[in-house]
Amino acid sequence: MNQQYYEPDIAIIGAGAAGLSAACQAAKAGADVLVIDENRLPGGQLFKQIHKFFGSYEHKAGVRGYQIGQALLEQVQQAGANIMLDTVAYGLFPNMELGIIHQGKAGTVKAKKYILAAGSKENYLALPGSTLPGVMGAGAAQTMIHINRVLPGKKIVMVGSGNVGLIVSYQLMQAGAEVVCLVEAAPQIGGYGVHASKLRRAGVPIYVGTTIQRVLGETQVTGVELVDLGPGFQPIDGTQRTLACDTVCLAVGLNPMTELAWMAGCNFTFLPALGGHVPMHDENMCTTLPDVYVAGDITGVEEASSAMEEGNLAGIAAAEALGYMTPEEAKRQKDAVWQRLQVLRSGQFGQKRQEAKQLQIDTTLAFLKGRRGGGQA
Amino acid sequence: MDDSMRIQNHPILGPLEPTATVTIYFDGRPIQARKGEPIAAALINAGIKAFRRTPKRHEPRGIFCAIGRCTDCMMIVNGKPNTRTCITPVEEGMVVKTQDGLA
Repeated sequence: MNQQYYEPDIAIIGAGAAGLSAACQAAKAGADVLVIDENRLPGGQLFKQIHKFFGSYEHKAGVRGYQIGQALLEQVQQAGANIMLDTVAYGLFPNMELGIIHQGKAGTVKAKKYILAAGSKENYLALPGSTLPGVMGAGAAQTMIHINRVLPGKKIVMVGSGNVGLIVSYQLMQAGAEVVCLVEAAPQIGGYGVHASKLRRAGVPIYVGTTIQRVLGETQVTGVELVDLGPGFQPIDGTQRTLACDTVCLAVGLNPMTELAWMAGCNFTFLPALGGHVPMHDENMCTTLPDVYVAGDITGVEEASSAMEEGNLAGIAAAEALGYMTPEEAKRQKDAVWQRLQVLRSGQFGQKRQEAKQLQIDTTLAFLKGRRGGGQA
Repeated sequence: MDDSMRIQNHPILGPLEPTATVTIYFDGRPIQARKGEPIAAALINAGIKAFRRTPKRHEPRGIFCAIGRCTDCMMIVNGKPNTRTCITPVEEGMVVKTQDGLA
């Protein structure tokens, strides 16, 4: 056995917004922290977000995503957490050992606490022609233009008018592409008015009550056939029309990457508002397994600011559980985080998430109470 | 280098920083790439969109997620099949082939 073996206090899977925030808090408290990420660069999806963030001053509103990423990375390094990149975490086993492949070599991590912050992945939309080269996630297009500095296409049709669809459309235009139109199946625009207005001012049509019936092309995308939708989202025959484009971007939501939590044996609950099956967790972001915490999109899809706050919570709670922080100090810090989270989850767009997150925690507490009661009876 | 898709100037990120180039070979055709960029970025910059063909119906596939999750961009790289080209950096002289089926 010449496998590499690591025994940190806390192992964090995912070096994105949530994972780095958790690492920062736990390492600052004095814990020995190891952050694992499959990618060759840390930061998750923060570095491709060049728009200014929302919220208030405490949430770094007005600062661009990649600048927040740089600052966070510096804080993590100052706090003394170790980041191991190019490392796949392939399994979290019932004996609480994490199997990893680091630069092609197998290894094992045996941490006292795990924080799973694997993020989410983009949803797919199945329709005729949607497998053609040129159909891709909106996030994929964002990666191509901001990280790789390559346009995935020159004439884009965007599907979905949530904030991702709106923002990435504008960013594709900033990068030099033409956005032919946005299509939205719902009868109204999904995202913030401020983002939709930027597109409308630039002359980009946003077709609501409309979807793509099929993507056209033999070997790659050459156009789309649009159709109007009637009651119950049924296509209205006779309204079909075709538009030329070379790329179709899908901004139709994300779903949590929960594989490690499933494998470890965490209990789940189903919350459509958060992207589907999500691991149960309490106010400390602790799952139904006492040594496994979760943070960020893996707990339910939100956005980077909430992910960072959830990471803060998990990092503080895990450090507290290991005795690196007094309960009083931990409570003071966690209360402050919760206050900021409530602000992020307020308003017209946050309310639904707020209710879903509360349900997630209530469900977990009821579940844990039932389990304890059952065990003692 | 055919840089038709390259974003040279960006209103927020600024001008593209110069970097060394390497040559990779796509189905035998030499392609210039920026050192360290993913294979998929170099191919898309060269106007190539179809990276593999499916096992059953041999339909073309290209990038979908661009972050190493969906495996739609797999190709045969230096003889190794099922390589995710969206997260594998280019290297000088790399031989990249369209993957047909499971290869």
